[in-house]
Amino acid sequence: MKSVLPQRRDELQLKDKKPLYSAAEARAEADRCLYCQDAPCIKACPTEIDIPTFIKKIATDNVRGSAKTIFEQNLLGYSCARVCPVEVLCVGACVYNAWHREPIQIGRLQRYATEKATEAGKPVLFTPAPPTGKRVALIGAGPASLACAGYLALEGHAAVIFEKRPFAGGLNTTGIAPYKLHVEDALHEVEWVQALGVEITTGMELGKDVFGKDLLRDYDAVYLGVGLGEDTKLRIPGEDGDGVYGATAWIERMKLTPTSERKLGRVLVIGGGNTAIDVARECALLGATEVTMVYRRDAASMSGYAHEMEGARKEGVRLVTRATPVAFERDAQGKLTGLKVTVDGAEQVLPCDMVALAIGQSKMHAIAAEFPGVELDARGCIVADPANGATGNAKVFSGGDCINGGKEVVNAVADGRNTARYLNQAWK
Amino acid sequence: MADLSIDFAGIRSPNPFWLASAPPANSGEQVMRAFDAGWGGAVWKTLGDPIVNVSSRFGAVDYAGQKVMGFNNIELITDRGLEVNLREIREVKKRYPKHAVIASLMTETKEDWKVLIRRCEDAGVDGLELNFGCPHGMCERGMGSSVGQEPKLLQEITAWTKEFAKTPVLVKLTPNIGDILDPGIAAVKGGADGLSLINTIKSIIGVDLNRLVPEPRVGNASTNGGYCGPAVKPIAMHMVASLARDPEVTIPISGIGGISNWRDAAEFIALGSTSVQVCTAVMHYGFRIVEDMIDGLSNYLDEQGMTSVRQLVGRAIPGFREWGDLDLGYQIVAKIDANKCIGCQLCVAACQDGAHQCIFTGPNDQQRPPHAHYPGTATAPRPQILGTVAGDRVPWVDEPECVGCNLCALVCPVPGCITMQETATETGDTWNRRVQEGRDKIPGGIHE
Ligand SMILES: Cc1cc2nc3c(=O)[nH]c(=O)nc-3n(C[C@H](O)[C@H](O)[C@H](O)COP(=O)(O)OP(=O)(O)OC[C@H]3O[C@@H](n4cnc5c(N)ncnc54)[C@H](O)[C@@H]3O)c2cc1C
Ligand SMILES: Cc1cc2nc3c(=O)[nH]c(=O)nc-3n(C[C@H](O)[C@H](O)[C@H](O)COP(=O)(O)O)c2cc1C
Ligand code: SF4
Ligand code: SF4
Ligand code: SF4
Repeated sequence: MKSVLPQRRDELQLKDKKPLYSAAEARAEADRCLYCQDAPCIKACPTEIDIPTFIKKIATDNVRGSAKTIFEQNLLGYSCARVCPVEVLCVGACVYNAWHREPIQIGRLQRYATEKATEAGKPVLFTPAPPTGKRVALIGAGPASLACAGYLALEGHAAVIFEKRPFAGGLNTTGIAPYKLHVEDALHEVEWVQALGVEITTGMELGKDVFGKDLLRDYDAVYLGVGLGEDTKLRIPGEDGDGVYGATAWIERMKLTPTSERKLGRVLVIGGGNTAIDVARECALLGATEVTMVYRRDAASMSGYAHEMEGARKEGVRLVTRATPVAFERDAQGKLTGLKVTVDGAEQVLPCDMVALAIGQSKMHAIAAEFPGVELDARGCIVADPANGATGNAKVFSGGDCINGGKEVVNAVADGRNTARYLNQAWK
Repeated sequence: MADLSIDFAGIRSPNPFWLASAPPANSGEQVMRAFDAGWGGAVWKTLGDPIVNVSSRFGAVDYAGQKVMGFNNIELITDRGLEVNLREIREVKKRYPKHAVIASLMTETKEDWKVLIRRCEDAGVDGLELNFGCPHGMCERGMGSSVGQEPKLLQEITAWTKEFAKTPVLVKLTPNIGDILDPGIAAVKGGADGLSLINTIKSIIGVDLNRLVPEPRVGNASTNGGYCGPAVKPIAMHMVASLARDPEVTIPISGIGGISNWRDAAEFIALGSTSVQVCTAVMHYGFRIVEDMIDGLSNYLDEQGMTSVRQLVGRAIPGFREWGDLDLGYQIVAKIDANKCIGCQLCVAACQDGAHQCIFTGPNDQQRPPHAHYPGTATAPRPQILGTVAGDRVPWVDEPECVGCNLCALVCPVPGCITMQETATETGDTWNRRVQEGRDKIPGGIHE
């Protein structure tokens, strides 16, 4: 899959914000971990990785053992190490915070262990169990399905993933900010999961190329890890046309398509969530002349993380709050020139050359329709038991963004793993 | 400012800090720079017939990010010609007449000792130190620790040297023996004017796990070496104190082993050392460390109201008792300061797994431990104590069960968070007293 990636892509201009530790750095940091009993960092991790244990193993230079400890709970520990909002998860819970000292850099240590242990040429970490004869079809090759499929494969169950895009990895490949994870790295992880015995077919869309009734007939279980749908639109005048992009669509283009000659100019990003902050930061880092986030309520109501917003501000991103978009303005040639907003009732035009809409992603009603018994809730999310992913159809399970409405990679991994454990238990 | 000068069996030194006989005292140039930095004396790198050294020859133990916690070497005595060393000693004494220069010596026959002593004294040394401690290389040739391990031989050779020496003779002891008193008292009987200890402890510092060869590696092999540095300090202090307490040991002691700063030095002095010698810490950080040693010791003496370092010598010795004379009625228990606690619960792990199962978490965790003398449940304090930072992760101590072992206070990472508080002061009830009064049989023994 990596071989078909364009060589020159915009995302490659953005370097790692938290580069790989050297062995000496990792050991020095690992040595600081107190090895807490009943450690609060473990509880703060949605996959409950045994953090003190994996850290202590780095301190003794048992990097393989450390990676194993991580992967036993979180098969995508490699990408999670780089993309998790650790400040609000494990690192945020580290007891050092209470002591007003720098907390342990758990994410960077996790990156060190997983990256070192999965480097090309390293001996395999896991050997799959002999085949059990059970077969599972998984829709979507995002973190939820990858984790589920990987854990199933390790137990000897056949796991086959159908992905509509040409690349696997889900938002890890198409959506994560490049200063956290580049496409190659996301694909490296996908290949690592494939090596555990998982089969992935790309270019296969459920409802178009594969159908629910066939899967229910041919497989012992079906897993839906389809994530969220297309970017939501504002539905205001002037929206259709050049210069206005859905945020995730724009990010995907920047990460996966050849570098464009086009200058970014003045950018407006509409929204106050993490996707909005990401896209604003990425535009700023790619050399936009001006980046402004436009948010409809006050700063305190923003759903994006404070530490991410702080990072964006350092990159020069400005924030306009209490602003409601009314219409896009275009010149005679149709080129975007500005966005008309009302701020506390007063109208104002924000000049711009590009707008990214980060106001949410739609839910995929069509998916549910493929499987009798699978229902959607009021938000448009698939109804599933968070403990094991069970839906209204006894053979169908689901997890990740499509059931939680959009959380983090680590939540999707936890969901996928729980379903795999549940099925494995049921099939013993 | 307190007077730091000492008189060690007649050897005068502006302060008690001497370089131990080792690489830092290998040449005149080094010793002079050391004196300029503030060192009060130097025991020259052991003289004798020059040897050939191997490469490599040092190894170290690092622990949890701390470099050189323990150090080892397979080096022998000086590899430089006697004449060169003596010329340099002469030069140093000429330029630094007030500093102590002591020649460390090692040789075999009585005649050789005579020649060596005469030539060193002619060069102007203030004293002699007999190296009966080197635990590798020389002992196989019948010198070093092979002498230190044979009290009779040690006494005899010491007596020879006393026949020839005009300056004080110090005997440097090896720790590689069963009881340090045996060689120590033999040295006194042989007529020694002072004791130096410890030399290095026989050791293997590590194994190269890729090549599967012990370290330090000489080609594809290695050998046992001598251990020193911070890790050996407790062993050295025990041996120093053991000699200092003995009524037969009437001569001064030069304390050696893991001394890295003024606190270490003060502890050795309080346990009976008159001077202290330093090797590893200088090899690690250089001569400059003596500045803080002098400054720190002097401030400490001032704060203690002592006017001279001599007043500190042996001051902790009366505080040493045999086990049987310790007070059995004295009792302390652990107290946790909820507002300092960060909730790591290391004390819980330590007490549950490594001590007496009396630290608990949360109001429902109150299973009285299997260790208890009687069944029951521990009673959580009401209301549960919440910390300002760790909230309900603050553990609590079942005080009646706490045996006051200290473990929790030792493992707690936050200074002053766990303190051990007295609940009963000294009662005078000791084991020896119980034995005397026939109260030494406790229920639950063999003969019931
Ligand atoms: C811009 C952006 C930035 C983010 N940054 C972070 C971050 O820094 N850290 C973090 O932890 N999380 C981040 N997230 C969230 C994270 O990416 C998601 O929570 C996670 O990827 C969800 O995994 P998933 O497997 O449920 O779905 P996805 O990753 O969305 O994967 C779903 C897959 O299903 C495929 N699919 C969908 N429909 C079909 C169909 N009909 N047939 C076949 N295949 C189909 C899709 O093509 C996709 O590959 C970000 C999200 C966005 C949008
Ligand atoms: C490399 C090295 C060489 C040594 N050479 C000698 C020596 O020639 N004569 C001697 O009496 N002791 C020698 N020693 C022992 C030291 O003098 C000292 O007794 C020992 O290192 C303990 O002190 P320390 O913990 O401060 O290093 C040597 C020690 C080291 C590390
Ligand atoms: S809370 Fe911090 S110090 Fe404690 S185990 Fe976790 S990472 Fe280590
Ligand atoms: S070891 Fe100290 S800081 Fe940690 S929980 Fe116990 S009392 Fe609190
Ligand atoms: S002093 Fe010992 S017994 Fe008492 S609480 Fe601490 S560890 Fe437990």
